Amino acid sequence: MSEAGSTRRFRVFRFKRGDMDWHFDTFEVPVGPSSTVLDALRWIQRKLDRSLMIRHSCLHASCGTCGMQIDGREALACVTAVADLGGTVTVEPLANIPVLSDLVVDMEEFYARFPDEIGSTRASEGPAGAEVPEGIDAYERFEDCIECGLCLSACPVSATSDEYVGPAALAAAQRLLEEPRGVDPAGVLDWAAAPNGAWRCHAAFECTEACPSDVNPAARIMQLRSVLVRGGAKDGAA
Amino acid sequence: MSDRVPGVQERGERGPVRRKGVGVPTSGWFDPRGRAIGGFAFAVNRITGLGLVFYLYLHLTVLSLLLRGEQSWNDFLKLATSWAFLSLDVLLLFGLLYHGLNGIRVALVGTGVVPNRQKALWWSLGVIGTILLIGGALHIYGSM
Repeated sequence: MSEAGSTRRFRVFRFKRGDMDWHFDTFEVPVGPSSTVLDALRWIQRKLDRSLMIRHSCLHASCGTCGMQIDGREALACVTAVADLGGTVTVEPLANIPVLSDLVVDMEEFYARFPDEIGSTRASEGPAGAEVPEGIDAYERFEDCIECGLCLSACPVSATSDEYVGPAALAAAQRLLEEPRGVDPAGVLDWAAAPNGAWRCHAAFECTEACPSDVNPAARIMQLRSVLVRGGAKDGAA
Repeated sequence: MSDRVPGVQERGERGPVRRKGVGVPTSGWFDPRGRAIGGFAFAVNRITGLGLVFYLYLHLTVLSLLLRGEQSWNDFLKLATSWAFLSLDVLLLFGLLYHGLNGIRVALVGTGVVPNRQKALWWSLGVIGTILLIGGALHIYGSM
């Protein structure tokens, strides 16, 4: 927020435990050409309202903690430039996940949707041919999914049912079929074939549009279905 | 002791779930803000589906006019061949074409046949549907 610039109006969703209902507060925020929505929210927190609750960590789209709805679209606030938005910016918490306070949602309910066997690391694709240092078996890297919850918020099916496990969990299941890492694929397929699993998806592809990490959850759900249609995990991955 | 600490009870309660859309909470699937092709395709598919169900009952109701005799049916036919009524036929044709062609798209994408081609399929089938709709509309209005 150091650059000289204009002022933008931010309509921010507010709710505290014990409140009868949620409401919006409006703040005038000075912004510069490179200001992000997270910059603006932190400025509000520092200068105008210390009680505003936001969640963030890495500031560069790696941790997935600052996911929210910005003008109705799911995005990571840390990499959403205010300059790309209109004169009034509406900021709301992620949809379809219970609100803890203001823009913070209860991610425990999101994580609980994942299959138990999910892994957070995968075999690394590179560097090709590089020698593995002594003391480690192989290079690994984190999964693409940063578990930000944007896909669940964007999903129109999740908007009408809390029972549907949602795109992130199903994409994680497909990853387990792709790279089982010692997990029995049959158990994962049984989980995915349940009534609130892969067949509940209506192929709106909004999860893929919202995903900031190129996971492409919708295509993974379709690949999962393809395996289910073919009658199981005989081929491992789709 | 916990009863005397402000906020303890409230912190144990489940917060509200924010939904997309305006109006009733279940309208989230209809929220058009920031949606892409897939989201619009899904929403229109639902709307045309609801429209076709409504039409089915309307059709059965209209057919029941036959029970009231020949005059009743002939009176209805006069109304059914008016410009405004034929426009509803074109709307019905749009609903049938959209729902049917999008159903093919969803089946091809949704069973993993072409999981990454949903946008291309939407546009391709959209062109086919538009041509069929124009042809159908010309045929319907030509019968006036």
